[in-house]
Amino acid sequence: MSAPSSPAAPWLPRLVVAPSFIASLLFIYGLMAWNGYLSVSASRLLPSYEFVGFEQYVQLADSDRFRVALTNMGLFGALFIGGAMALGVLLAVLLDQKVRAEGALRTIYLYPMAISFIVTGTAWKWMLNPSLGLEQVVRGWGFEGFSFDWLVNPDKAIYCVAIAGVWQSAGFVMALFLAALRGIDDSIIKAAQVDGASLPRIYWRILLPSLRPVFFSTLMVVSHLAIKSFDLVMALTAGGPGYATDLPATFMYTTAFTRGQIGLGAASATVMLATIAAIVVPYLHSELRSRR
Amino acid sequence: MTKNPVKKIERHLIAAAAALALCTAQAGEVEVLHYWTSGGEAKAAAALKATLQAKGDSWKDFAVAGGGGDSAMTVLKSRVVSGNAPAAAQIKGPSLQEWAREGVLANIDEVAKADKWDESLPRIVSDVMKYKGHYIAAPVNVHRVNWLWANPEVFKKANAKVPGNWDEFFTAAEALKKAGVIPVAHGGQNWQDFTTFESVALGVGGVDFYKKALVQLDQAALTSATMEKVLTAFKKIKDYTDKGAPGRDWNLATAMVIKGEAGMQLMGDWAKGEFVAAGKKPGKDFVCLAAPGTASAYTFNVDSFAMFKVKGADKEQAQKNLASAIMSPSFQETFSLNKGSIPVRLNVKMDAFDDCAKLSSKDFVQTAKSSSLVPSIAHGMAVPSATEGAIKDAVSQFWNTDKMSVKDAMTRIAAAAKTI
Repeated sequence: MSAPSSPAAPWLPRLVVAPSFIASLLFIYGLMAWNGYLSVSASRLLPSYEFVGFEQYVQLADSDRFRVALTNMGLFGALFIGGAMALGVLLAVLLDQKVRAEGALRTIYLYPMAISFIVTGTAWKWMLNPSLGLEQVVRGWGFEGFSFDWLVNPDKAIYCVAIAGVWQSAGFVMALFLAALRGIDDSIIKAAQVDGASLPRIYWRILLPSLRPVFFSTLMVVSHLAIKSFDLVMALTAGGPGYATDLPATFMYTTAFTRGQIGLGAASATVMLATIAAIVVPYLHSELRSRR
Repeated sequence: MTKNPVKKIERHLIAAAAALALCTAQAGEVEVLHYWTSGGEAKAAAALKATLQAKGDSWKDFAVAGGGGDSAMTVLKSRVVSGNAPAAAQIKGPSLQEWAREGVLANIDEVAKADKWDESLPRIVSDVMKYKGHYIAAPVNVHRVNWLWANPEVFKKANAKVPGNWDEFFTAAEALKKAGVIPVAHGGQNWQDFTTFESVALGVGGVDFYKKALVQLDQAALTSATMEKVLTAFKKIKDYTDKGAPGRDWNLATAMVIKGEAGMQLMGDWAKGEFVAAGKKPGKDFVCLAAPGTASAYTFNVDSFAMFKVKGADKEQAQKNLASAIMSPSFQETFSLNKGSIPVRLNVKMDAFDDCAKLSSKDFVQTAKSSSLVPSIAHGMAVPSATEGAIKDAVSQFWNTDKMSVKDAMTRIAAAAKTI
């Protein structure tokens, strides 16, 4: 009787969503397409529309710096995502044990997420610097032979970036998983305990698998944090000793804006997009399919 | 009857508007994009604003912070692409020609002829300000890059002599190392590695080698035995820097010399500002001398304002006034006194400047005559930014990795030099 069965009802949801849909179509996918066109154009200082085929991609393939950047993205991505997820899940499981100061501990672990990546990068830069930070402190305690100069070592600097990143994001993963764990019905656990399963086994075999949706969404968020890591790298190492900690995002910024090579920057952005799409799209597809 | 008062008011309004339009037509506005936002630099920019306002024009400030100008250049690009370029922007070196090629810069030959710029600037500097023979930018000042800054007290304690050539440099560095000080204060950022490299190239290779290899990018010069010598000497300096160097800002490295923790630094004359700000006196608390082996050469870094095409006679006139003001001797003196550089205009009185600046000025004039005045590649004066960036990457990578051999580095630098 009081149900709103007006003729405009089926239209209304679509109408409301339409503006943001159009905006994202234009500003995300439209600009992606424009970027794709710039990557096959002769753009240097300003965008130009002269078609040059795959010349920019050839130049990209020749660039040692881009090769290093791609390797770093794989290395850093794997360590950051894997580390943040593993540490986050571990912390969530531990905190789920109804410990005493749970509220305080939860806040402490989540707090790093409130800091911007720039602050994280700067703070870790000081802490990991051999003459200012950890190495100096431990040596001051008497351990003269201690050395932790990863930050200034071109081969190991990328691991420092991963350390800072995991420190920042593990708390966020922990918070998401903790909330999900809390939402699980107690009776499942009790039934498993009656069957004689130990607590680790319960978690590993029953609880965590049932958190697949949370796992999926957390993975999406953490991987997008990993890919857009520009500010963390810039603050921590500014590309590292030489260009040892360069990532595709910093490479793209430098070539497109600092060095007047917009075409090359656009090509590197397209390669970045293709790499991410190659991993994310199949995963998205499999996850969403299994829902049906 | 009711229409008359309205018509009267209308007429008054039109008259007032016309009068206002006539008034504002005299005073034009220049929007100036720059990145001089820190202490002395901001004072220097304010001096230019005051000079312009004295002529009756208004200055719309468009300052974008960021020492290297990266953010400023990005903002400038978006403004130009949207068709709303500022009247003037702080652009220097071959980037001026890159912008001019896009067809967005204005021709200021009129001002140049009136103020006799061709006679007041060294040929090599005025060439950078021109595109196809026409002036498109006004130079503001000159920084010398090939300086060596040393703490004489530290040297005395270590019984070392402040070096005049590269052999003496390494001898002094050894002595400083034995005395327990860090011989060379260095900041491990790629532009600083590159600045050190270009001073080594000039000192070890000589002016002709520098011109051929790093300005003309001649492949034969870049893969020659001289280049090998340069790279070997360059890498040798690393042994005399400390472990905490990577990522260090240039002013923190200068602070090490000021505090006596390090003996010397290879840096441009903006380092002098740090010494002066710390209350140190040239000659007594610190010495400034040309980088080893480069006493008769001069690596210049000239800041300049590029003039963009603007619409409107009043704006064009204001822009011309700006260009003229920039090159006026009084502004040249005030600006450089505040910034720590020297005037780019020849024959400006140097009485108010300190000894290091006076030496710089003397060498500037002398090297201009003897053709040993060379553009700094590390500071964007010699080659376009894409090429400079690629070579800088290769040089910085060579400095930081121990696994790269000198021959490997030479091949990479030569390949990087081919970047267009």
